[in-house]
Amino acid sequence: MTTGTAATSTLLSAVNQALDDALAANPDVVVFGEDVADSEEGGVLGATKGLSSRHGSHRVRSTPISEQAIIGAAIGASLVGIRPVAEIMLMNFTTVAMDMIVNHAAKLRFMSGGKTHVPITIRMMTGAGLGTGGQHADFLEAWFVHTAGLKVVIPSNPSDAYGLLLSCIDDEDPCLFIENMPLYWTPGPAPVRGQRIPIGKARIARPGKDVTLISYSRQVFDALAVADKLSKEGIEAEVIDLRTISPLDDATLLESVARTRRAVVIHEATRQCGVGAEIASRIHENLHRELRAPVQRLGSAFCPVPFSKPLETAFVPGAQQIEAAVRRTLS
Amino acid sequence: MNQARSLPDAPVLLEIYRRATLIKQNDDRFRAVIQSGKLVMPYYSPRGQEIIPAATSVHLSDDDYICTIYRGVHDMLAKGVTPRALWAELAGRVTGSCKGKGGPMHITDPARGVMVTTGIVGSSMPIANGLALAAQLRGEKRVTIAYFGDGASNIGAFHEALNLASLWKLPVVFICQNNRFAEHTRYESGTSIGRIADRAAAYSMPGEHVDGNDPDAMWSAAGQAIARARAGDGPTLIEAMTFRFHGHIFGDADGYMSKEEKASAIARDPVVLLRRRLIERGMATDAALAELERGIELEIDAALQFALDSPYPDLAELRRDVYATEIQP
Repeated sequence: MTTGTAATSTLLSAVNQALDDALAANPDVVVFGEDVADSEEGGVLGATKGLSSRHGSHRVRSTPISEQAIIGAAIGASLVGIRPVAEIMLMNFTTVAMDMIVNHAAKLRFMSGGKTHVPITIRMMTGAGLGTGGQHADFLEAWFVHTAGLKVVIPSNPSDAYGLLLSCIDDEDPCLFIENMPLYWTPGPAPVRGQRIPIGKARIARPGKDVTLISYSRQVFDALAVADKLSKEGIEAEVIDLRTISPLDDATLLESVARTRRAVVIHEATRQCGVGAEIASRIHENLHRELRAPVQRLGSAFCPVPFSKPLETAFVPGAQQIEAAVRRTLS
Repeated sequence: MNQARSLPDAPVLLEIYRRATLIKQNDDRFRAVIQSGKLVMPYYSPRGQEIIPAATSVHLSDDDYICTIYRGVHDMLAKGVTPRALWAELAGRVTGSCKGKGGPMHITDPARGVMVTTGIVGSSMPIANGLALAAQLRGEKRVTIAYFGDGASNIGAFHEALNLASLWKLPVVFICQNNRFAEHTRYESGTSIGRIADRAAAYSMPGEHVDGNDPDAMWSAAGQAIARARAGDGPTLIEAMTFRFHGHIFGDADGYMSKEEKASAIARDPVVLLRRRLIERGMATDAALAELERGIELEIDAALQFALDSPYPDLAELRRDVYATEIQP
């Protein structure tokens, strides 16, 4: 195993590595979900490949396609100290387990007056770009950010994915861990084995002074590309990768925008009542007098994820829209 | 082991009666207090269903888990939740089982194995599987009971949970308290099969149809299923037939059932019948039972007073127990 700045990895292998390390370190960690065991090829994309062979099929279990049963079993086991990592393959499939996630995982600590709590991690993948159409690629994170009791983590690169997944598994609250499918094979900084990344801490992906681009998951890369382009014109954009969207890292966000006095929020979820609306509102509430321009929000088109390639490409906010939004804040 | 042909002995039957009577008298008082206006809440009375958890829980210890539902006060009391913790929670006081933050639909008492009470029909079963999985993974002999009603057998979670429990041979017993109504809908109007117990066959597990109001039959069926789970032989579905005396929600007009049907069920009050049986079998005297009942009445008096004398939770509780760390104001 190599470490150091030059080492690269992928989101997919970082997730696998984090699960492997968590299973090795703590006998209470169990992994279950559809197709996760090696007899089912370690997941449809191989995220859990090798884990059942190394840690036993009693700890890494394939389940039937029964999302309520999967999350229910994770909740029940966690109430008495097991640390389940439950996989709900695609984020859209959380819709059939919403009762377990929203009515139970999120609320049992409060409703029991703290007598029980639900330290589970729910992994899921999503993202437009692979031609999966309207029911396999949605970003539904705003629903969960809106729900008290849940934490929502959404890494963009292998190093963050590894460190945040370990933090989710350690955490005493239910964590949703959202993996971007089109980013699975993108090379990025390799994780440092055993190193946790704290939940609720954003990362300044690129420092700048003229405008703050706030994003997470795949759009961080678009924001960085636009920042590099604008830099040639002497416009220095700061790019923040939120990494966690519940709880939001207000301190980092507000400190940055207080300096740059301009902000653009970009995410793949649709704009309407999206996480960007919450961020824009917090910035306006706290920095209204300092702002040089209204906060700009970018999200996908307000329609289901389309199939046809030109539609799918145009659906997601891209570099052009980000650049235009930045220029609106500068004009 | 063949408990099917054996009967509960005198100490066991007396203990079942003690628990059933606690449930009955507690419920009588709840309804009186709600009716008086002293406490206001939606209340789903379990009156009429006392024998099911009373005869089940005598096979369990504090180490065993239950998950129950909004009509679950009987299940909680039978499992050992104290009337004090229960009344204080119903009154929304900080001394309640959940600091007053959950209320009657979410009583939780892990020290007694009462792990989850849910207000969502069907949701006790998937979570019960998880508790059973934890015991299985750790090689513990604990058993988990999932209580639910007949209406819950028509929701997807029931089918997902039974399938998974059977596949993984989980130490769980699914106890359906068939009171013949799903909210206001009569059993036949909402359920496509004559006996819910027969649904067990679809999941390769034993399905037992019993008279849940008969303590001998209920004790025997529950004992067999619990022993089976403890031995690692997997789950059982028990359909325990019963009847609820006070409708879906206390105060509803019962317009969906006939007066005769209700009157005839109340005439066969299972707690009264058990009392008679104890005396007929020579297991207890009328005087001894009267004394037991008086003791329970005093315990409920004290619990009610304790609840009313207790403070409400501090408003800071709105920020506590949402996450492990208190939310900053």
